[in-house]
Amino acid sequence: MGSHVIYEWIYVGAVVSLLIWVGAEAWYGEKLLHEVPKDHITIKVTGQQWFWTFEHPDGTREVGTLHLKAGKVYKFEITGKDVIHAFNIPHFAVMIDAVPGRINTIWVKIPEDAVGEYLIQCREYCGLLHYNMRANLIVEA
Amino acid sequence: MVIEVARPRPLWQILFSTHHTDVALLYLITSIVFFMLGGALALTIRTELLTPGTTIISDSDLFNRIFTVHGTTMLFLWILPFISGVGNYLIPILVKYKDMAYPRLNAVAYWMAVPGAALIWLGWSDTTWMAYPPYSTMRAAGPAADMWIFGLKILGLSSILGAINFIVTILKCKHPDLPMMKTSLLVWAILVSSLMTLAALPTFTAALIMLYTDRLGVSGFFDPARGGDPIAYQHLFWFTFHPEVYIFLIPAVGMAYELIPKFSRKPIFSYGSGVIAFLLLSIIGFASWAHHMLATGLSFTEKTVFMIGTLAAVPMSAMHVFNWMATMWGGRIKFAAPMKFVIGGIMLFFTSGAGGVVNTTLPLDFITHDTYWVVGHFHMMLMGTVSFIFMGFLYYMFPLITGRMYSERLANVHFWFAFIGTAVVFTAMHIVGLYGMPRRIWDYVPDPTIIALNQIASIGAYLIGIGMIVFLIVLIRDSVKGKPADMRDPFGIGEIYYDYRRREPHH
Repeated sequence: MGSHVIYEWIYVGAVVSLLIWVGAEAWYGEKLLHEVPKDHITIKVTGQQWFWTFEHPDGTREVGTLHLKAGKVYKFEITGKDVIHAFNIPHFAVMIDAVPGRINTIWVKIPEDAVGEYLIQCREYCGLLHYNMRANLIVEA
Repeated sequence: MVIEVARPRPLWQILFSTHHTDVALLYLITSIVFFMLGGALALTIRTELLTPGTTIISDSDLFNRIFTVHGTTMLFLWILPFISGVGNYLIPILVKYKDMAYPRLNAVAYWMAVPGAALIWLGWSDTTWMAYPPYSTMRAAGPAADMWIFGLKILGLSSILGAINFIVTILKCKHPDLPMMKTSLLVWAILVSSLMTLAALPTFTAALIMLYTDRLGVSGFFDPARGGDPIAYQHLFWFTFHPEVYIFLIPAVGMAYELIPKFSRKPIFSYGSGVIAFLLLSIIGFASWAHHMLATGLSFTEKTVFMIGTLAAVPMSAMHVFNWMATMWGGRIKFAAPMKFVIGGIMLFFTSGAGGVVNTTLPLDFITHDTYWVVGHFHMMLMGTVSFIFMGFLYYMFPLITGRMYSERLANVHFWFAFIGTAVVFTAMHIVGLYGMPRRIWDYVPDPTIIALNQIASIGAYLIGIGMIVFLIVLIRDSVKGKPADMRDPFGIGEIYYDYRRREPHH
C-alpha cells in the first residue's frame, strides 16, 4: 500500500492548487468590485414589509419604481426598516442585504445599451408578502 | 433481531426498554416517519410551484409555514435521529461492548426528541428554519414561533446527551483488545461528529434563549433600536450550523466507509487518510460559518477569511472521495441496493461540492445567494448524498433489524426513481437560481423559462415521491413477509456481517 499513497498526495496537491487558484481569482475579482468609482451617484434604498423606497441625491423619492440613467455609475446605500430584506437586481447581479440598523453599500455601472425595464426584488425571507416584494427598475437613455 | 414479527414482544417492552437496539429501533422508526412527512411537505411545495399564482396552497402564510416545518423536520427529525439510530445499533457492536455507556440517558435522549418534534409539528411556525431576527423576534406570529424555539431547545439538549453517550461509549467502553486505529471508520465518524456537536451546539442554545427573551420584549440583543444587532444572531446561528452540516455529513461518510470495502470485497485503500480527513474537517469546519452571511455586509477582510476557511474544507471531502474510488478500483463490486445508493450518493456529492465552491467564491456568491441555486445546492448534499447513503445503509441493516431480506428488485426501482428524480429536481433548481428566482417564495415571476424550470423540478420531485412510496412498501412488506435472511452473510459478500446474536434484550 505504501507506494500507492503517493497517488493520494498527488491528488490532494492537485485539488489544493486548484482551490488556491480559484480563491485567488475570486479575491482579485472581489477587490476590483470593492472600490467604488469616484464619479458615482448615490441612491438611498430602504426596504420594509413589503416595498422598496428609493431616494435620489436631490431628495426626490420614489416608491416601487426606480429611474436610473444608462451609462452612469450608481452607488446604493441600503438599509431595512423593520426586518431583514435583500436588495436584488438579478439582471445586473446587484445583491446585498437590507439590515435594520446598518447601511450596506453596493455599486453598479449601468451599461450604455441597457435602456429598458428590469426587475428589483427581495431575496431574503421577510414574511407574508416576501414573494411579491418587487419593484421596477427603469433605465432611461 | 428486534422487530420479531413472527414472535412479537409487547409494544411497551420496546417503548420502555433502555437496550441499545430498542432505543435504536425507536430512533430509526421515528426518523423514517418524519422523512416521509417532510417529503410530503416537499411535494406540496413543489406542487404549489408547478404554476405561477395559486396552485394548491391558497396563501403565502400557509406556504411559509410549510417550508419552515419541512426544513426543520428534515434536519432535526430525519437526519439527526437516523444518525442516532444507526449509532445506537452499531457503536456497541463495533466497539464490542454490551450496551451504550449510559443506557438510561440514552432512552431519555430519545424520549426528549418526542416532545421536541410535537412542538414543531403542533406549532407550525413561519420563521424559516433559520429564524433570523428581527422577523422571528418582532413579526413572527406566536405561539408558533415560541413553540419552534422550545422544540429546538429540547432537540438540542437531546443531541448533546446523545453525543456525550457516544463519546463515552467509544472512548471508555471500547474493548481493551481493540485499539482505536483498528475500529471501523464509522466509529471514528460518530466520535468526531459527537465531539463537534458538543463544541458547536451550545452557541445556538444561547442564541435561542436570546431569541426568546427578545420575543418577550425583556431584552434587545438583536434589536437595533435597543442597541442590538440582528447580524449577531446570524453569527451565533451559523457558528453552530455550519459545523452541523459536517455533523450531518461525517456519519454518512462513515457509513460509506463501512459499505464500500465490504461490497467491493477489498480493504479500505487508506484507513489513515480517512481518520486524518475526519479530524481535520472537524477543526476546519469551524472556520467557515460566515460564508452563509457574505451578503450581509461583511468587510472585505472578513469575506476573504471566510472564503479561505471554506475552501480549506474542500480537500478533506476530496480525500474521502479519492479513498472511496481507490477502494472500489479493481474490486469485485456487488451492486446490491446499499452499494447503489452509496455510488449514487458519491456522484451527487461531486455536484454539491462543486456548487459549494461556487457559493463561496466571492463575486459569484452574490449571484447565487438566497436563490434557488442554494436550495438546489444543499438539497443535493442532504438528499443526494447524506440521505442516499442513509437509505443504502438502512437496506444494509435491514437483515440485522428484521432478520429478513428486503426485495432487491423493488429496492432497485426505489433507487432509480430516487436517483433520477434527485438529479432532475436539484439540477433544475440550480439553473432557475441563476435566472434569479429567490428561495422561499410562494409565487414567482411568470417568465416562460422560470415556469418551465419549475415544472421540470416538480416532475423530478414526483419521481422521488414514487421512489419513496416503493421504499415504504419494501420496508413494511419485507419486515413482515420478507424471506428469512442468512444472518451470517445476508448479501453473499463473505462472512463479515454484524453480530446478530444481540436478539435478547437483557434489561
